[in-house]
Amino acid sequence: MAFYECTLITRPDLSKGDVQKLVDGFAKIITDHKGKILKNEYWGLRQLAYLINKASKGHYAMLGIEASPEALKELERNLGIHEDIVRSLTVRFETMDASPSVMMQQKSGESYEAA
Amino acid sequence: MRPTERNEKFDRAPEGDAGEAGGRKVFFRRRKSCPLSGKNAPVIDYKDVKLLQRFVSERGKILPSRITAVSAKKQRAMSRAIKRARNLALLPYVSQS
Repeated sequence: MAFYECTLITRPDLSKGDVQKLVDGFAKIITDHKGKILKNEYWGLRQLAYLINKASKGHYAMLGIEASPEALKELERNLGIHEDIVRSLTVRFETMDASPSVMMQQKSGESYEAA
Repeated sequence: MRPTERNEKFDRAPEGDAGEAGGRKVFFRRRKSCPLSGKNAPVIDYKDVKLLQRFVSERGKILPSRITAVSAKKQRAMSRAIKRARNLALLPYVSQS
């Protein structure tokens, strides 16, 4: 089991609830492969630094994952297929704690529930 | 930095030994210490846009470590983080103005 962080950007025309459902779907892939979700963060509808698919904004979400490489492979395969995902990045980490990332601290802890 | 210092010294040599003990024109600026090493140094993270922005030029280019004084090891980690952030559209590849 290794630790991973998977950040993904979805299309901006989705609602917050849609994004949550989407991310939960991907989280389920991990749990189905006996992995654990340590973090599930929603960074909000952010301005992109450059246009992606002619969109200037996107919903950002991040998953902190403890799972096997096979589970990650399956997750990345699904991320690539899904049409609402415009960009994703998975990074492997040696260690991980459950504390919220810098992004969440800057926004003073906005989550799916808020707003 | 070092080659130019050496050249300066070399160029002035024929004029005499004016700049022997700490000459007038040669400045030995003390090297700044790495802002990312040490006890309270921030952790380099591709998500920390505010931190990464300090090491990127207005154009969006990664600043060389001779300007930012980042240690070689941290510079490698930093450039990796910046490139990850660019991929996620957190930082621009290029920006005008």
